[in-house]
Amino acid sequence: MNQWEVVIGIETHAQLASVSKIFSGASTAFGAAPNTQACAVDLALPGVLPVLNKKAVECAIRFGLAIGAEVAKKSVFARKNYFYPDLPKGYQISQMDLPVVVGGEIPVVVGQGDKAYEKVVHLTRAHLEEDAGKSLHEDFHGKSGIDLNRAGTPLLEIVTEPDMRSSDEAVAYAKSLHALVRWIGICDGNMQEGSFRCDANVSVRPKGQVALGTRREIKNLNSFRFLKEAIDFEIQWQINEIEEGRKIQQATVLFDPDKSETRVMRTKEDAHDYRYFPDPDLLPLIVSDEWLARVKAELPELPTQKRARFINELALSAYDATTLTATQEMAAYFESTVTIAGKANAKPCANWVMGDLAGRLGKEGKELTDSPVSAAQLAGLIIRIADNTISNNIAKKVFEALWNGEAASADQIIEQQGLKQITDSGAIESLVDEVLAANPGNVAEFRAGKEKAFNALVGQVMKAAKGKANPQQVNDLLRQKLAS
Amino acid sequence: MINASLKQLSQALAAKQISSLELTQLFLDRINRLNPTLNAFVTVDAEKSLNSARAADARIAAGNAGLLTGIPIAQKDIFCAEGWLTTCGSKMLSNFVSPYDATVIRKMETDAGLVSLGKTNMDEFAMGSSNETSFFGPVRNPWDIERVPGGSSGGSAAAVAARLAPAATGTDTGGSIRQPAALCNLTGLKPTYGVVSRYGMIAFASSLDQAGPMAASAEDCALLLNSMAGFDERDSTSLERPLEDYARDLEKPLNGLRVGLPKEFFGDGCDAEVMAAVRAAIGEYEKLGATMVEVSLPNSHLSVPAYYVIAPAEASSNLSRFDGVRYGFRAENYGNLDDMYMKSRAQGFGAEVKRRIMIGAYVLSHGYYDAYYLQAQRIRRLIANDFVEAFKTCDMIIGPTSPSTAFKLGEKAADPVQMYLSDIYTIAVNLAGLPGMSVPCGFAGGLPVGLQLIGNYFAEAQLLNVAHKYQQATDWHQQRPAGLD
Repeated sequence: MNQWEVVIGIETHAQLASVSKIFSGASTAFGAAPNTQACAVDLALPGVLPVLNKKAVECAIRFGLAIGAEVAKKSVFARKNYFYPDLPKGYQISQMDLPVVVGGEIPVVVGQGDKAYEKVVHLTRAHLEEDAGKSLHEDFHGKSGIDLNRAGTPLLEIVTEPDMRSSDEAVAYAKSLHALVRWIGICDGNMQEGSFRCDANVSVRPKGQVALGTRREIKNLNSFRFLKEAIDFEIQWQINEIEEGRKIQQATVLFDPDKSETRVMRTKEDAHDYRYFPDPDLLPLIVSDEWLARVKAELPELPTQKRARFINELALSAYDATTLTATQEMAAYFESTVTIAGKANAKPCANWVMGDLAGRLGKEGKELTDSPVSAAQLAGLIIRIADNTISNNIAKKVFEALWNGEAASADQIIEQQGLKQITDSGAIESLVDEVLAANPGNVAEFRAGKEKAFNALVGQVMKAAKGKANPQQVNDLLRQKLAS
Repeated sequence: MINASLKQLSQALAAKQISSLELTQLFLDRINRLNPTLNAFVTVDAEKSLNSARAADARIAAGNAGLLTGIPIAQKDIFCAEGWLTTCGSKMLSNFVSPYDATVIRKMETDAGLVSLGKTNMDEFAMGSSNETSFFGPVRNPWDIERVPGGSSGGSAAAVAARLAPAATGTDTGGSIRQPAALCNLTGLKPTYGVVSRYGMIAFASSLDQAGPMAASAEDCALLLNSMAGFDERDSTSLERPLEDYARDLEKPLNGLRVGLPKEFFGDGCDAEVMAAVRAAIGEYEKLGATMVEVSLPNSHLSVPAYYVIAPAEASSNLSRFDGVRYGFRAENYGNLDDMYMKSRAQGFGAEVKRRIMIGAYVLSHGYYDAYYLQAQRIRRLIANDFVEAFKTCDMIIGPTSPSTAFKLGEKAADPVQMYLSDIYTIAVNLAGLPGMSVPCGFAGGLPVGLQLIGNYFAEAQLLNVAHKYQQATDWHQQRPAGLD
C-alpha cells in the first residue's frame, strides 16, 4: 500500500433547483405519479423544440461565481447521441466543447482535530445538461416501464481535476461541494432522491510516477459513506490486480453497497461513440456582463468568505471555521450567538454550537432550524460562563433546562434553581476546612505523594457546595491549605 | 372559384357570394375526384374540414374575420396538427395522430381562420426531390402524370397546380418548396431562416428547415406568409423581429433594381430549353427597368457536397426519437431491446431515409467528424460569404430553380447522386439561410420552368415585389394543366 499513490477525480451531477425543466415548462417536483410531469417536449413528440430555461443558467452562473471560475461568455449545447428507452429524443442535450463554467476551485478541510489539513481541489469545468427518465424493471411482467417525469430535469455536471489522493479527501471534497450548492441555493442536495450524485474516477500509480494509472469510474454514488467505501474497495482491488501482475482495464463500474464491492458495467471496448455535435435547435448560450453582474449582486456571502472572516476576525481555527460554515443555517446561528455574546466569546460560542448543541440535536435527530435553544438563549448562557456566574459543569445543566423549555433564559434558570456560583472565598474556605477535617485519610495519601487524593478532596468540596463553588478557587484554597 | 386568387376568394367570402362551407366542399369534391389519380393528399377528413369551415363562416358572420378566414388550404403532412394523422410520409408515423398543433398550424388555422383540406403527400421525412420516397406512394405531376411533381413538397405542389386547393404550405430544407413549385408551375417562397417558426414541423435538418407558402402567384404567397411568419418563443432559432406586411411592396416599380446573375448558374449542367426560358425572363426584367450585373458565387459547386454532410448529420440525430418506444411504428416480433430498435427502424424507415441516417451517423462519428462535419460547416460559411459579397453589387440574384423540367417517375430513383443534383441551384440558399423564390417563367417541352429569385436576409417583401411585377407583365403563372376539369 505504501508504495502506491491513489489518484481520484470526481464528477458530480447536481440537480438544479428550478421549478421547471431545462428545456420545457414541465414541473421538476419529485415523487409525482409516473409520466404526469412530462410534456410534449419531454416526450420528444415529433416536431417539438427545446427552449433553454434561464433559471437553470443562473444556477450555473452562481456556481461559477462561487468557486472563482470563469463563466464563459459563450457556451454551446451539444447533442450526445445514444439509444435508450428512457432517453426520449435518442440524444441528451449537454455541453461538450464549450461548457458554461471553466476552472475554479473548492477549498476543503480533510480529517478532524489535530490531524485536520487543508487542501484545494481544482475544478476542470461545470456544464449544463438534461437528465434522462427512469426505466422501471419490476412489476411489468417481463416488460419494462418508462417514467419520463425526470427527463429534462436540469443538471449541473461538476468535474474536478484528478486532485484527490485518498477516499477521505474525496469525501471531504464531496461534502464541501454539497454544502456549497445548498448554500448558494442551486441544489437541494437531497442525495436519497438523487439530487446530488457522484461518480468517482479512481486510479493508482507507483509513488513518484508522473503518468496516471488506468482509471476505472465508479458510477452513481448517492451517499458519502458509499463514496468512501466504494473508493476504498476500488483502491485495494486495483493494487491487488497490479501486484498480482494484471493490468487495469479502463472500465465503468457500479458499487454494490450490500456486498461493499464494485463490479464492471462496461469496458472501454463497448464504449459508445456518442457522435457529439452542436445542437442546431439551440443558439449558443451568451452570458452578458450585465447578466453576470446581476447574478453576482444577488449572491450571499460565500462559505469561503465567511470562513476567512471567522478565522481573521474571530480568531477561530481553520477546522472550527470550516465546520461552522458547513451550512448556511449553522453559520447564521453561530453568527447570531456571537453577535449577542460578543466577539471575545467567539471560541466558546463555536465550542457550544459545534459541541453540546450539535450533539444534542444529533441525538434527537433534529435540524438546527428546529433547535429548542435559540441563538439568543445560548448566548445568554455563554455570557454567564464568561463572567464566572456559573461553571462549565453547571452550564450544562442550564443548557439542559433551556432545551426542556424550563424557562425563557439562562438567567431565569440560574436564579430559579439557585445555580449561581459561590465565589465568596470565606464561604469556600469554611467548606474546605470541613472537608479536610472529615477526610484525614485523603490528606495523608496526598502528603505521601498521591495526586489522586487531591482530586478526591476537590470532589468532596464541590459536593458539599452542591457543585456551585468556583472550581478554581476551590483548587487554589485546597493547595494552599495542604501545603501549610 | 377554383382558379380564383386568395384576394378574390377573400372578397367573395366577405361579400357572402359564397360561404366557406360551400368553398370547402367545392375543393373537397375536386380532391375526391382527382386525388386517386394524383395522390397529392395522404389524409383528408371532410368532417373536420367542414367543421372548420362552419367555424370560419361564424367568424365572418360575427364580423371578426381576417383576410384569409374561411379560405381552404392544403397542409404538408410534416406539420403536426391536433387530431390529424401526421405521418411525414413515413410508415414510421403512419399511425401517429398528433396531440398538438404546430405553430404554423395554430397561426394559420386558429388565428387566421384558414380551413385545412387535409394533409399532403411528401417525400419521407422530406428527404427527396421527386416525392417518390413517400411510404404512401409517389405523387403525379398534374402537367404529365407520368412525371414527378418534384419534392419534397410534391403533394402540396400537385394539389395547388391541379386546383385541389387554392394554396398550400411547404417546407424547404434544400429546395423542397422551390423545386416542386418550378416543376408544377407554381410560385413558392422559402423565407429567411428563422422567419417562420419550426415548432411542430417535424425536423429533417434543423439548421436548414424553413416553412413557406406555395401558391398560384406572388400576391397569394405574400398573403399566406403574413399568416405564417412571426417570432415564436417555442422555437429558439425563430427571430424576434417586428411583424411585417409582406404584401406592402408588391406594386413598387422595379426601376433601378440591380439583378445579379451568378456566372456559376449560367454554365453547363442546365437544360438548354430551361436556360432559354430563364434568359427570356431576364429580358422581361430589363424591360421592367432592372439592370443586370454579373456576380460570382465561387463556392457554389461545393454546396451539394456540404449539404449532403450537414443535412444527414442533423437528420441522423433528429430521427433518433423514432425508436418504437413511445409512439409510431413498432415491429411486431422482436427479442430484446436492441432487436426491437433495429427491427422497428429497419421496417419503419424507407431506403432513402436509412441511407441518410447512415451518412449522417458516419460523418459525426469519432475520427471522421473533423474531416466531414466541421469541414462542411467551413464550406457553409464560405458559401454564405459568397452571397454577402454578391449582394454588395446587386439587390437580387436570379437564375434557374432546377436544371431540368419534371422528370419521369422512376427516372432518377435508382441514382441518388443524380437525384441530389436536381437541387444544385437551390441548396446554397438554405446553407446561407437566405430567402428564395421560384416563379413560373415559361415552358420547355410542354413542362413548366421555374425562375429562382434569391434575396438578401429578410428581403421577403422585396422578393415578392420583384416576382409580382413580373407576374403582372407575364401570364406564365396563370397557365393551368389541361384535362383536369
